[in-house]
Amino acid sequence: MTNLTARSGALLKTYSVLVFFLALKAVGNSAMAWGMKQVPERMSMNPALYLRAMLNPFVAMGVAALILALLTRMALFSLADLSFVLPVTAVGYVIAVFLGKVFLHETVTHQRWLGTLLIFAGAALVGSTSRNTTSTTSPEESPT
Amino acid sequence: MKWVLVAVLVLATVLGDLLQSHEMKRAGEQSVSARGFARLLHIIAQRRLLILGIACNAVSFFTFMALVQTEPLSFAVPASSASFVLETLLAKFVLHERLGARRAAGALAVLAGVVLVGG
Repeated sequence: MTNLTARSGALLKTYSVLVFFLALKAVGNSAMAWGMKQVPERMSMNPALYLRAMLNPFVAMGVAALILALLTRMALFSLADLSFVLPVTAVGYVIAVFLGKVFLHETVTHQRWLGTLLIFAGAALVGSTSRNTTSTTSPEESPT
Repeated sequence: MKWVLVAVLVLATVLGDLLQSHEMKRAGEQSVSARGFARLLHIIAQRRLLILGIACNAVSFFTFMALVQTEPLSFAVPASSASFVLETLLAKFVLHERLGARRAAGALAVLAGVVLVGG
Protein backbone atom coordinates (compact mmCIF):
# COMPACT_ATOMS: atom_id res chain seq x y z
CA MET A 1 0.00 0.00 0.00
CA THR A 2 2.75 2.46 0.98
CA ASN A 3 4.58 1.31 -2.09
CA LEU A 4 1.59 2.44 -4.20
CA THR A 5 1.53 5.86 -2.48
CA ALA A 6 5.23 6.26 -3.04
CA ARG A 7 4.80 5.38 -6.71
CA SER A 8 2.00 7.88 -7.30
CA GLY A 9 4.03 10.49 -5.41
CA ALA A 10 6.97 9.86 -7.71
CA LEU A 11 4.66 10.08 -10.72
CA LEU A 12 3.22 13.42 -9.56
CA LYS A 13 6.73 14.73 -8.99
CA THR A 14 7.82 13.65 -12.48
CA TYR A 15 4.81 15.32 -14.14
CA SER A 16 5.23 18.53 -12.09
CA VAL A 17 8.85 18.78 -13.17
CA LEU A 18 7.79 18.06 -16.76
CA VAL A 19 5.17 20.88 -16.81
CA PHE A 20 7.65 23.27 -15.17
CA PHE A 21 10.20 22.37 -17.86
CA LEU A 22 7.76 22.92 -20.77
CA ALA A 23 6.67 26.31 -19.35
CA LEU A 24 10.25 27.48 -18.89
CA LYS A 25 11.14 26.37 -22.40
CA ALA A 26 8.13 28.17 -23.91
CA VAL A 27 8.84 31.44 -22.07
CA GLY A 28 12.58 31.18 -22.73
CA ASN A 29 12.28 30.48 -26.46
CA SER A 30 9.78 33.27 -27.05
CA ALA A 31 11.70 35.88 -25.05
CA MET A 32 14.94 34.87 -26.76
CA ALA A 33 13.48 35.07 -30.28
CA TRP A 34 11.78 38.39 -29.57
CA GLY A 35 14.91 39.91 -27.96
CA MET A 36 17.40 38.63 -30.55
CA LYS A 37 15.45 40.27 -33.38
CA GLN A 38 15.93 43.63 -31.61
CA VAL A 39 19.73 43.19 -31.39
CA PRO A 40 21.28 45.26 -34.23
CA GLU A 41 24.62 43.41 -34.68
CA ARG A 42 24.51 40.13 -36.60
CA MET A 43 25.92 37.22 -34.53
CA SER A 44 29.17 35.60 -35.71
CA MET A 45 31.99 33.54 -34.17
CA ASN A 46 32.85 36.44 -31.82
CA PRO A 47 31.70 35.52 -28.26
CA ALA A 48 31.60 39.21 -27.23
CA LEU A 49 28.63 39.72 -29.55
CA TYR A 50 26.61 37.09 -27.68
CA LEU A 51 27.47 38.61 -24.31
CA ARG A 52 26.48 42.06 -25.58
CA ALA A 53 23.22 40.66 -26.94
CA MET A 54 22.43 39.44 -23.41
CA LEU A 55 22.20 43.07 -22.30
CA ASN A 56 18.84 43.16 -24.08
CA PRO A 57 16.30 42.46 -21.30
CA PHE A 58 14.30 39.96 -23.38
CA VAL A 59 17.44 38.05 -24.35
CA ALA A 60 18.55 38.09 -20.70
CA MET A 61 15.14 36.75 -19.66
CA GLY A 62 15.34 34.09 -22.37
CA VAL A 63 18.81 33.04 -21.23
CA ALA A 64 17.71 32.82 -17.60
CA ALA A 65 14.58 30.79 -18.42
CA LEU A 66 16.45 28.44 -20.77
CA ILE A 67 19.27 27.83 -18.27
CA LEU A 68 16.66 27.02 -15.63
CA ALA A 69 14.95 24.77 -18.20
CA LEU A 70 18.27 22.99 -18.79
CA LEU A 71 18.72 22.30 -15.06
CA THR A 72 15.09 21.17 -14.81
CA ARG A 73 15.62 18.80 -17.73
CA MET A 74 18.66 17.33 -15.98
CA ALA A 75 16.51 16.77 -12.90
CA LEU A 76 13.90 15.14 -15.16
CA PHE A 77 16.53 12.76 -16.53
CA SER A 78 17.29 11.66 -13.00
CA LEU A 79 13.57 11.02 -12.30
CA ALA A 80 12.66 9.22 -15.53
CA ASP A 81 14.25 7.32 -18.40
CA LEU A 82 15.28 9.00 -21.62
CA SER A 83 12.63 6.89 -23.37
CA PHE A 84 9.99 8.71 -21.30
CA VAL A 85 11.54 12.19 -21.36
CA LEU A 86 12.07 12.40 -25.15
CA PRO A 87 8.52 11.68 -26.35
CA VAL A 88 6.77 13.79 -23.72
CA THR A 89 9.03 16.81 -24.24
CA ALA A 90 8.45 16.53 -28.01
CA VAL A 91 5.22 18.47 -27.49
CA GLY A 92 7.54 21.45 -27.02
CA TYR A 93 8.01 21.65 -30.83
CA VAL A 94 4.30 22.21 -31.34
CA ILE A 95 4.18 24.74 -28.48
CA ALA A 96 7.08 26.71 -30.02
CA VAL A 97 5.43 26.95 -33.43
CA PHE A 98 2.16 28.01 -31.78
CA LEU A 99 3.93 30.73 -29.76
CA GLY A 100 5.81 31.89 -32.86
CA LYS A 101 2.53 32.35 -34.67
CA VAL A 102 0.52 33.91 -31.83
CA PHE A 103 3.04 36.08 -29.99
CA LEU A 104 5.76 36.73 -32.56
CA HIS A 105 3.31 37.05 -35.47
CA GLU A 106 5.27 34.66 -37.66
CA THR A 107 3.74 33.28 -40.82
CA VAL A 108 3.25 29.56 -40.32
CA THR A 109 2.33 27.84 -43.57
CA HIS A 110 0.33 24.60 -43.76
CA GLN A 111 3.54 22.93 -44.86
CA ARG A 112 5.32 24.07 -41.68
CA TRP A 113 2.46 22.85 -39.47
CA LEU A 114 2.52 19.50 -41.24
CA GLY A 115 6.29 19.31 -40.77
CA THR A 116 5.96 20.14 -37.07
CA LEU A 117 3.29 17.47 -36.55
CA LEU A 118 5.46 14.91 -38.37
CA ILE A 119 8.36 15.86 -36.09
CA PHE A 120 6.16 15.52 -33.01
CA ALA A 121 4.93 12.09 -34.10
CA GLY A 122 8.41 10.99 -35.14
CA ALA A 123 10.04 12.18 -31.93
CA ALA A 124 7.38 10.39 -29.89
CA LEU A 125 7.98 7.17 -31.88
CA VAL A 126 11.76 7.35 -31.54
CA GLY A 127 11.53 8.14 -27.85
CA SER A 128 9.00 5.45 -27.04
CA THR A 129 11.32 2.68 -28.16
CA SER A 130 12.93 1.43 -24.99
CA ARG A 131 16.72 1.46 -24.92
CA ASN A 132 16.98 -0.84 -21.89
CA THR A 133 19.88 1.05 -20.42
CA THR A 134 18.55 0.84 -16.88
CA SER A 135 15.90 -1.25 -15.24
CA THR A 136 15.76 -0.13 -11.62
CA THR A 137 15.63 3.68 -11.52
CA SER A 138 12.53 4.48 -13.54
CA PRO A 139 9.38 5.54 -11.70
CA GLU A 140 7.61 5.29 -15.06
CA GLU A 141 6.44 1.92 -16.24
CA SER A 142 3.71 2.55 -18.76
CA PRO A 143 2.12 -0.71 -19.92
CA THR A 144 2.50 -0.26 -23.66
CA MET B 1 23.51 29.61 -43.77
CA LYS B 2 20.47 28.57 -41.73
CA TRP B 3 21.22 24.89 -42.35
CA VAL B 4 24.85 25.34 -41.21
CA LEU B 5 23.57 26.78 -37.94
CA VAL B 6 21.05 23.93 -37.62
CA ALA B 7 23.87 21.39 -38.21
CA VAL B 8 26.09 22.93 -35.49
CA LEU B 9 23.11 23.17 -33.14
CA VAL B 10 22.22 19.52 -33.67
CA LEU B 11 25.78 18.20 -33.29
CA ALA B 12 26.33 20.11 -30.05
CA THR B 13 22.93 19.08 -28.71
CA VAL B 14 23.41 15.37 -29.37
CA LEU B 15 26.87 15.27 -27.79
CA GLY B 16 25.66 17.30 -24.81
CA ASP B 17 22.63 15.03 -24.30
CA LEU B 18 24.68 11.84 -24.45
CA LEU B 19 27.17 13.09 -21.86
CA GLN B 20 24.50 14.54 -19.57
CA SER B 21 22.24 11.51 -19.65
CA HIS B 22 25.17 9.20 -18.96
CA GLU B 23 26.47 11.24 -16.03
CA MET B 24 23.11 12.09 -14.41
CA LYS B 25 22.08 8.43 -14.37
CA ARG B 26 25.22 7.75 -12.38
CA ALA B 27 24.52 10.63 -10.00
CA GLY B 28 21.10 9.34 -8.87
CA GLU B 29 17.76 11.04 -8.35
CA GLN B 30 17.61 14.83 -8.11
CA SER B 31 14.88 17.27 -7.14
CA VAL B 32 14.09 20.81 -8.25
CA SER B 33 13.91 22.40 -4.80
CA ALA B 34 16.45 25.09 -3.86
CA ARG B 35 18.49 22.48 -1.98
CA GLY B 36 18.12 20.11 -4.92
CA PHE B 37 19.64 22.68 -7.26
CA ALA B 38 22.50 23.36 -4.85
CA ARG B 39 23.23 19.63 -4.78
CA LEU B 40 22.95 19.52 -8.58
CA LEU B 41 25.56 22.28 -8.89
CA HIS B 42 27.80 20.34 -6.52
CA ILE B 43 27.47 17.21 -8.68
CA ILE B 44 28.23 19.22 -11.83
CA ALA B 45 31.45 20.55 -10.29
CA GLN B 46 32.63 17.00 -9.54
CA ARG B 47 32.04 15.38 -12.91
CA ARG B 48 34.23 16.31 -15.87
CA LEU B 49 32.16 14.64 -18.56
CA LEU B 50 29.15 16.50 -17.22
CA ILE B 51 31.09 19.77 -17.59
CA LEU B 52 31.95 18.82 -21.18
CA GLY B 53 28.28 18.06 -21.76
CA ILE B 54 27.37 21.49 -20.42
CA ALA B 55 30.02 23.09 -22.69
CA CYS B 56 28.29 21.41 -25.64
CA ASN B 57 25.02 22.86 -24.38
CA ALA B 58 26.63 26.30 -24.30
CA VAL B 59 27.65 25.94 -27.96
CA SER B 60 24.17 24.81 -28.93
CA PHE B 61 22.73 27.68 -26.89
CA PHE B 62 24.79 30.37 -28.65
CA THR B 63 24.00 28.79 -32.01
CA PHE B 64 20.31 28.90 -31.14
CA MET B 65 20.68 32.64 -30.34
CA ALA B 66 22.22 33.22 -33.77
CA LEU B 67 19.54 31.12 -35.46
CA VAL B 68 16.53 32.90 -33.93
CA GLN B 69 18.07 36.26 -34.77
CA THR B 70 17.63 35.63 -38.48
CA GLU B 71 15.05 32.84 -38.65
CA PRO B 72 11.53 32.52 -37.20
CA LEU B 73 11.07 30.59 -33.94
CA SER B 74 8.61 28.36 -35.81
CA PHE B 75 11.54 27.19 -37.95
CA ALA B 76 14.36 27.19 -35.37
CA VAL B 77 12.75 24.97 -32.74
CA PRO B 78 11.29 22.25 -35.01
CA ALA B 79 14.49 22.18 -37.10
CA SER B 80 16.50 21.43 -33.96
CA SER B 81 14.65 18.09 -33.79
CA ALA B 82 17.01 16.80 -36.49
CA SER B 83 18.97 15.64 -33.42
CA PHE B 84 16.70 12.56 -33.36
CA VAL B 85 17.89 11.65 -36.86
CA LEU B 86 21.54 12.04 -35.86
CA GLU B 87 21.02 10.05 -32.64
CA THR B 88 19.41 7.23 -34.61
CA LEU B 89 22.25 7.20 -37.15
CA LEU B 90 24.79 7.13 -34.30
CA ALA B 91 22.94 4.27 -32.64
CA LYS B 92 23.00 2.27 -35.89
CA PHE B 93 26.46 2.99 -37.26
CA VAL B 94 28.55 3.80 -34.18
CA LEU B 95 26.92 1.77 -31.41
CA HIS B 96 25.81 -0.97 -33.87
CA GLU B 97 22.41 -1.16 -32.20
CA ARG B 98 19.67 -3.02 -34.05
CA LEU B 99 17.03 -0.44 -34.90
CA GLY B 100 13.42 -1.44 -34.42
CA ALA B 101 10.86 -0.57 -37.10
CA ARG B 102 9.28 2.04 -34.81
CA ARG B 103 12.53 3.85 -34.22
CA ALA B 104 13.49 3.85 -37.90
CA ALA B 105 10.00 5.08 -38.86
CA GLY B 106 10.18 7.77 -36.17
CA ALA B 107 13.55 9.05 -37.37
CA LEU B 108 12.31 9.13 -40.98
CA ALA B 109 9.19 11.06 -39.91
CA VAL B 110 11.37 13.60 -38.08
CA LEU B 111 13.63 13.94 -41.13
CA ALA B 112 10.64 14.50 -43.42
CA GLY B 113 9.23 16.98 -40.90
CA VAL B 114 12.47 18.99 -40.78
CA VAL B 115 12.57 19.15 -44.61
CA LEU B 116 8.94 20.38 -44.67
CA VAL B 117 9.54 22.93 -41.88
CA GLY B 118 12.55 24.34 -43.72
CA GLY B 119 10.90 24.44 -47.14
